[in-house]
Order: sequence, then structure tokens, then C-alpha cells
Amino acid sequence: MELFQYPYMQRALIGALVIGLAAPALGIYLVQRRLTLIGDGVGHVALTGVGAGLLLNRSPVLVAVFVATIGAVAIELVRSRGRTSGDLALALLFYGGIAGGVLLVGLSDATSANLNAYLFGSLTTISSADLTTIAVLGAAILVTMVALRPALFAVSHDEEYARVSGLPVRTLNLLIAVTTAVTVTIAMRAVGVLLISALMVVPVATAQQVTRGFRSTMTAAMALGLFAAGTGVWVAATADTAPGASVVLVAIASFLLVAVAGGVWRALRRRAAPAAAPAPEPHEVVLH
Amino acid sequence: MSAPVITVEHGAVGYDGRPVLRDVSLTVTAGEVVAVLGANGSGKSTLIRAVLGLVPLSAGSITLFDRPLRRFRQWARIGYVPQRLGAGGGVPATVREVVASGRLARRGILRPPGTADRAAVDAALRAVGLADRAADPVSTLSGGQQQRTLIARALAGRPELLILDEPTAGVDAASQEAFADALRDFVADGGTVLLVAHELGPLRPVISRAVVVHQGGICHDGTVPDPAGHHAEPDHDHVHPHGPDEPAGLWSN
Repeated sequence: MELFQYPYMQRALIGALVIGLAAPALGIYLVQRRLTLIGDGVGHVALTGVGAGLLLNRSPVLVAVFVATIGAVAIELVRSRGRTSGDLALALLFYGGIAGGVLLVGLSDATSANLNAYLFGSLTTISSADLTTIAVLGAAILVTMVALRPALFAVSHDEEYARVSGLPVRTLNLLIAVTTAVTVTIAMRAVGVLLISALMVVPVATAQQVTRGFRSTMTAAMALGLFAAGTGVWVAATADTAPGASVVLVAIASFLLVAVAGGVWRALRRRAAPAAAPAPEPHEVVLH
Repeated sequence: MSAPVITVEHGAVGYDGRPVLRDVSLTVTAGEVVAVLGANGSGKSTLIRAVLGLVPLSAGSITLFDRPLRRFRQWARIGYVPQRLGAGGGVPATVREVVASGRLARRGILRPPGTADRAAVDAALRAVGLADRAADPVSTLSGGQQQRTLIARALAGRPELLILDEPTAGVDAASQEAFADALRDFVADGGTVLLVAHELGPLRPVISRAVVVHQGGICHDGTVPDPAGHHAEPDHDHVHPHGPDEPAGLWSN
């Protein structure tokens, strides 16, 4: 535990906790729209931003926010058109993003260690300026996703109904796209481009196995994200493992634990009340 | 003479150049309960989707509450009930959460729900007989109960006009009765209804006027036509699929 007396470990922990809380708050809307892998795509695009930042000697994170936002908006526009070619357009964007990133990093003076820090995360190298950026953007994500929950739920649940309710559907969709880009870029420092989607999606997948409503799923997913981030950093500090990978593995372990426990609980309940036959549905047709 | 609520003048709609509706004119005045009837593929669902602005018109014009559709913003006056609940990505939602979405048109997206919103959601749940299921996930409900949830969502916004797309298709008898009751109450309070139906069943006494859509045009506008042929048998239950090549029967002149 004495490791947490060092400021860099404290920054790592706080950064991870902020991201652990914010990522599932956005991720639940992505899961509801069946866009669970969109975070991966935006992450690929963000990598081009990192490369450009390193090449131009600007803050890689800020350039990445900029480039990822453009990428996320482009993905949203392709999605809302609903064309069959959208799938291919996304593939082009994803691979173009990662190839562009690798190319630009190669052109700059950065070493492969720099690239790795963004691909797999580098929690322990977060500066206090980085931490301020993460905390401010993380708080903005949280407030937006929680305060606009009724509207974002309506749009993600039934887009046509939301349109007929007079909601600004396009604006809300773009808001989710931009928030995805911002979340990806701040989470990039913690778990890396390749593992970001895990923090957005896995806590939601864990929570929805046991919850009954949207709001309770969101709350539980945020709690699980916080738990995974805290435990993951602690495991990394104690066992000297990669922090980003540890956080994600804790999240996945929680998912498996809940899945198994849920299965056992259902089996036990079935055994406890074997006589309870399912009530028949009322007849919908008269058979002659 | 009541004020017109919906006016469609010479409306035409096409998907990818294929005409679905050609030159449709329809006026619904306040207090009316109009059923749009027709075989599958006749364009009846397209008609109400065009009225809601979900499908663009290729010709003609639509007016809602005396305003051109393009400039219509008072969406809280309209309650829309789609054919079915979208599957979603598997994130659970309770019946109450889905019904509460119906308040957004009235409340706006920034204001948190208040006492009036909660009271309206409670009343809507009672109106469709689902008050005891409010905390259950919608995915655990039967098809008919899910349909009633969507009707409650529309009623929660306290609309003046209800637009329903096949509200009773594949719905069990108990839910059809609950739905007919909710509709009767809505009309008794002065509401206007436009609904698309394949067959009317227990709704028949509530309907004041029927419009029959056939091959993209309106071929009947007036009293509810009597079922013809095997449709008229007292025990007839509408369970067979309607292909486009089925003899038109009732809808042919």
C-alpha cells in the first residue's frame, strides 16, 4: 500500500477512478444502440490525432480530441444515413485511423515506447496537467450523460418516437458521438486505445445481467466501473502488472463472476420452487 | 363545424422512385376517430408516417393543427404509437421508464421530471391496466402488454391527437379490450384519433369514420365497411398472412 504515497501513483489512481466512473455512463447508450464497438473505431481514429500531435510537437491528447471528434461525427453521419455501405465506410475509417497514426508516429521523433503508451495506456506517467484535463472532461461527460438521461434514453431506445416527440434527435446523436470521442481520448491515457471499449461496455454488460431498469443499470455500471478501476490499479501496484490491462481484466472477471453467480442463483430458485409452472398466455386465436 | 386537425392535400410518397401513395387527400377534424384500413402493402402505414413527418412527401402538402408540417413544432399535442417496441441493445428498461419518455415532448429535454410528470405517467399506466407492472422490465411483458406500454407512453404526454400504427396487430384479446377502453376514455375527453388497422375487432364501436387505402389511393371514405366473405364469419380470427397477391375481397369495388 505504501506505493500510493507517491504522487504519481495517486494521480494514476484518481485518473483511473474518474475514467472508470465516466466511461460506463456513456457506454450504456452505446450498448443500447448496438454500437458497442464504436469506441474501438473512434480510438483508432484518435491514434491519428496522437501521431499528428507528436509530429507537430503539440499536446497529443488535445490533437487526439480534435481528430477523434471529427471521426466520431463522420461515423454518426454515416450511421444516420443508414446506408448498407456504412459498414464498409466504418472499416475504411478504422483502418485509415490506425494506419495514419502509426505512420505519423513513425515520422516524428517519438519512440515505440511513446506509441505503446497510447496503444495500451500509461497510467503512471500522467502529469498533474493531464490529471486536470481528465478530471474536467470526465466531470463534463458525467454531468451531461446523467442530466440528459431521459432524452438520451428516449433517442437510444426509439429514435422515431423521439423524433415525433419533437426532440432534437440529430443534436442528441451528435452529442453522443462527440462525448464518445472525448471519453476515448481521456481513457486512452488510462487503458489505451485498444482497450477503451472494454471500460465503456463491460461494466454495462455486467450490470444488465441483474438489473431491471435503465436507471439502475446505469448506476450499477458506474459503480462497477469505479470498482474495476480502483481494484485494477491496486492489483497493478501490488503485483507490478500493466495498469490498463489489470483494470480491464478486473472488469471482465466481475462480468464472469456475476454471470456464474446469476446462473447458480436461478438454478437454486428453480429447485426451491419446482411446482411453479409458467402461467399460460391467454389464447390469441380460436382454433376450429 | 370542428377545426381540422390533420389535412392531407394531394399527398404522394415514393420509396426509391417506387410510388407508394399517389394523390391522397384526407381531412380529420377534432373529435373524430378515423380508421385507415387496407391490405398489407396498400400504403396505409406510409400515410400516417407521412403525416408524422417520418416519411417525406414527394408531392402535395400536410397541415397539422393549422400549421404546415414543415413548420409544426407543437409535438406535445400528438401522441404516436408505433407498431412495436424496438428490440434495443438489451439494456433493460422498466415499463415506467418507457412510459415516462412520453412526457419529454411536453417537458423538454433539460427540465428534470416533476410531480405533474409522475402523476401523468401513473394515470397513463392505470388507463391501460399496467399499473401493477410499472417496475417490471418491458422485455418480460407479453406482446399485448408491450403494445399497451406504448399506448401509455403516448397517453402520458396528454396529447390531443393520437396516431396509432396497427395497435391491435398480434395482441391478445384481454389487451385489445383494455386498449379499446383506453381509447374510449381518450375520445370521451375530446381527443382525436387516427389509427391504422388491419381489422378492427373490439375497436369497431369506437370508430366514427373509415378510410380505405387501396393501391396507394383512397377508395372509400365514410362509414365502417362491413366485413365480406369469410371475414364476416362470427368466429373469424384474422391469423392468416396477407400476401400482396391475395384477392382483395373487402377492399375491391
